Amino acid sequence: MSITRRDFLKIAAVTGGVAAASTPVVKSVLALGKKPVSLPQYVPTTCEMCFWRCGVIAKVVDGKVVKLDGNPLHPNSRGKLCARGHGGIGLLYDSDRLKTPLINTGSRGEAKFKKASWDEALGYVADRMQKIKEKYGAESVGLLTHGTVSTYFMHLLQAFGSPNFAMPSFALCRGARGVAFELTFGEDVGNPERLDLQNSKAIVLIGSHLGENAHNSQCQEFAEAVGKGATVIVLDPRFSTAAGKAKYWLPIKPTTDLAILLAWINIIINEGLYDKDYVAKYTTGFNEVSQAVKEYTPEWAEKETEIPAGRIVETARVLGKNKPNVLIHPGRHTAWYSDNVQRQRAVAILTAILGAYGRPGGIYLNPKKKLEPVFLSDKDYPEPQKPAINKGNYPFAGEEGVTHAIVKATLTEDPYPIKAWFITGTNIMKAMPNQRDTLNAVQRLDLLVAVDMMPYDGVMLADVVLPECTYLERHDDFFTVKERSFGISFRQPVVQPMYDTKPGWWIAKELGKRLGLEEYFPWNTFDDFLKAKAEAWGIDYAELAQKGYIDFPESAKPYLSQGEDYKFKTTSGKIELYSNELKKHGFDPIPKYTKHEQPSEGWFRLIYGRAPVHTFSRTTNNPSLWELMEENVAWINAKVAKRMGLKHGDYIVLVNQDGVKSNKVRAKVTERIRPDCIYLVHGFCSTSKLLHRAYLRGADDQQLITKYAIDPISGSVGMRVNFVKITKEV
Amino acid sequence: MPRYVMVIDVEKCIGCMACVIACKKENNVPEEHFRTRVVEEVRGEFPSLRMELRSELCNHCEEAPCIDACPTRASHRAKDGTVQIDRKKCIGCKACILACPYDARYSHPKGYADKCSFCEHRLKEGKKPACVETCLGKSRIFGDLEDSNSEVAELLRKYDSSVRLEFAGTRPRVFYIKKKFAGGL
Repeated sequence: MSITRRDFLKIAAVTGGVAAASTPVVKSVLALGKKPVSLPQYVPTTCEMCFWRCGVIAKVVDGKVVKLDGNPLHPNSRGKLCARGHGGIGLLYDSDRLKTPLINTGSRGEAKFKKASWDEALGYVADRMQKIKEKYGAESVGLLTHGTVSTYFMHLLQAFGSPNFAMPSFALCRGARGVAFELTFGEDVGNPERLDLQNSKAIVLIGSHLGENAHNSQCQEFAEAVGKGATVIVLDPRFSTAAGKAKYWLPIKPTTDLAILLAWINIIINEGLYDKDYVAKYTTGFNEVSQAVKEYTPEWAEKETEIPAGRIVETARVLGKNKPNVLIHPGRHTAWYSDNVQRQRAVAILTAILGAYGRPGGIYLNPKKKLEPVFLSDKDYPEPQKPAINKGNYPFAGEEGVTHAIVKATLTEDPYPIKAWFITGTNIMKAMPNQRDTLNAVQRLDLLVAVDMMPYDGVMLADVVLPECTYLERHDDFFTVKERSFGISFRQPVVQPMYDTKPGWWIAKELGKRLGLEEYFPWNTFDDFLKAKAEAWGIDYAELAQKGYIDFPESAKPYLSQGEDYKFKTTSGKIELYSNELKKHGFDPIPKYTKHEQPSEGWFRLIYGRAPVHTFSRTTNNPSLWELMEENVAWINAKVAKRMGLKHGDYIVLVNQDGVKSNKVRAKVTERIRPDCIYLVHGFCSTSKLLHRAYLRGADDQQLITKYAIDPISGSVGMRVNFVKITKEV
Repeated sequence: MPRYVMVIDVEKCIGCMACVIACKKENNVPEEHFRTRVVEEVRGEFPSLRMELRSELCNHCEEAPCIDACPTRASHRAKDGTVQIDRKKCIGCKACILACPYDARYSHPKGYADKCSFCEHRLKEGKKPACVETCLGKSRIFGDLEDSNSEVAELLRKYDSSVRLEFAGTRPRVFYIKKKFAGGL
């Protein structure tokens, strides 16, 4: 990335760490007898309004954050922030924030909170944890976690002796994709994904709605590719923003994506449009794949997908013509049906036969830089006495764990009871399907502790609430960024913590102390730990604090060179189009099409997605973002609405197959959706009365997702399997 | 004298709304009010659709009806050619708000009319307007049309452009370009 002179000036003006309490003023103005003008200070840090973790430069005037901008040095932001990034100020100054530790004095989940001191709250938690450990064993403490705070609480949990943590980001989000790409290429596509969008000549988005998914750098590159004339092909039952940029919008019948993927593979092989040299050099199992996909003709796929065969052939040829500079977007939230890994495997196979992995415009390679891990402490974790339950019985479940395995073990006490949950940085009511299971599991616990910034629905269930300060008020561990080149991103407090809130590391350390685990936290402040880590890595800490991001440009090696002998991290060292690993575990080594249940007359499939101004359920109360979108709306096809006598803006209620009713929600009557689907933006209708803006605004998709289908390969959860009907009673 | 203009490459807008909130924060725009917006326009019937996302803001018109309507000269043309409001002179009569054919102005709770200033204060520091700076799609492009080497000058030379409500005769300084439009089935 080139740095302009202006960027340099901006960087030169930034300071390291918390902006000084007394902001410098322009003296010459004072001399004129006018009101003194405070000079703004600029502090670089790392965003956490979503998981993209862009570089931010905070503008602070008189100790108040007045503006957040993108750090031009950081490859995830490139000088720009999305709406949520700018809206970080709304989180910091949201008057509904958790302000002190709280202890529930009522029954479980009653949220009859009394204010407590940190000492009292931490003592209460430590005492109950010890009792559970004595009675059931340390493994009976589970952790559901998301975001940066996970670092400290996974450390604490393992130091305590439990391996049972799970992140919604695996089974409820991108897990299936990771597994499929690991099986095929030997590694996941990264987070953020290593997509060379800016050089793509053809882009396929399968349900990915970039733009509405405001993944900063990915959106930037997508727009750039569109501007350069890339051919965009969008498979989506909804005419998304991205579909509006597409030459081909294929309004596919939900659940049939695998049919079109297999048909594309068939056509591309059949017509000789694949990258023959690449396939010969880097892949195994091509012949098996060519045989296996023969049955998946365009005509067959038309019947499944409701996309005309001619369009399927035409788009396959677009991909073939533009190979290898094509990007089949691997997706992110891939928790759709029961065959998530197989669908994502088809994406991986298609990518491989087009020669697009390690090629311009496709998926670029990991940068070549590795730093030795520096752990929070050198002390080994105690060996758990019982086997971990956090991966369920799924042979390819990832290291992040599977949330529903924790819920299930809590409900059934099989193979052993789970008696305490920590929920840190995740709203379990909105992240996990089947809320009734979640609530029943919560009732079986002896202890529920929540660590978060806002009184989200899940936090309201807790016995003890430990208020974390926001990302603008704390240090966190270094973020290693694997963009085209390797880099390190820094988070530092921009302002001092407001209220009686504390950083996640402090909460974990203080709890550790009370559990006799102080040896696992051998540093006083996190700053101390980071300085030692920087020294171990040979990084100038002061420079990092001043710039917010350090890049290692020599680590970039995005593409395979001509004829390069490249060893993939699979067993065979090649791209495994045919997966022996899957075969070994009794799964189809090549994806096979599976049919899924369809809604009957009068019912609609509930699909859901993102809005660019919100992150999950975490921002719906943020005053800056709430203003841009106060509640969600239910998208309904215009012809269906007409038939039902529904007008745009009417309030409706959605009822699912199990009789669960949504909150009232306005109908968005639109041509932009298939007649057999209803679409909601995820994360709305908070049930927390302490979130005064978000409380009961819009409809909660997760409430209607009572049914889910589990992918037996990975444990990935299919959540697009619920049907709803529309009622007008409100 | 510079001739500041904004060119909006409609195709590259991905509707992320970053401009809307960056503007609000930069200019401390009060609750419930905005100085810029992104308009979504859909045409056609399922499944043959096309959609345009269009950023709208004050056009800083060459023939500005707001300036003509202002009884106190609070709305005026600044030295750099942009249309600005002198808050101290504004009596809050709202004539300019009614006169503007683009619905670009609002009445600030403190009593004066307010609107997009092209981030006048940032221009003085050599920066671009906040919405342009943060535009993820680089759909908003800002510059001086007097400078024939500027990106805006080049874009307006190269592509057909349009302005909003051309028939109103206001000669806007916000131009919309559509390099091509591919969309729909």
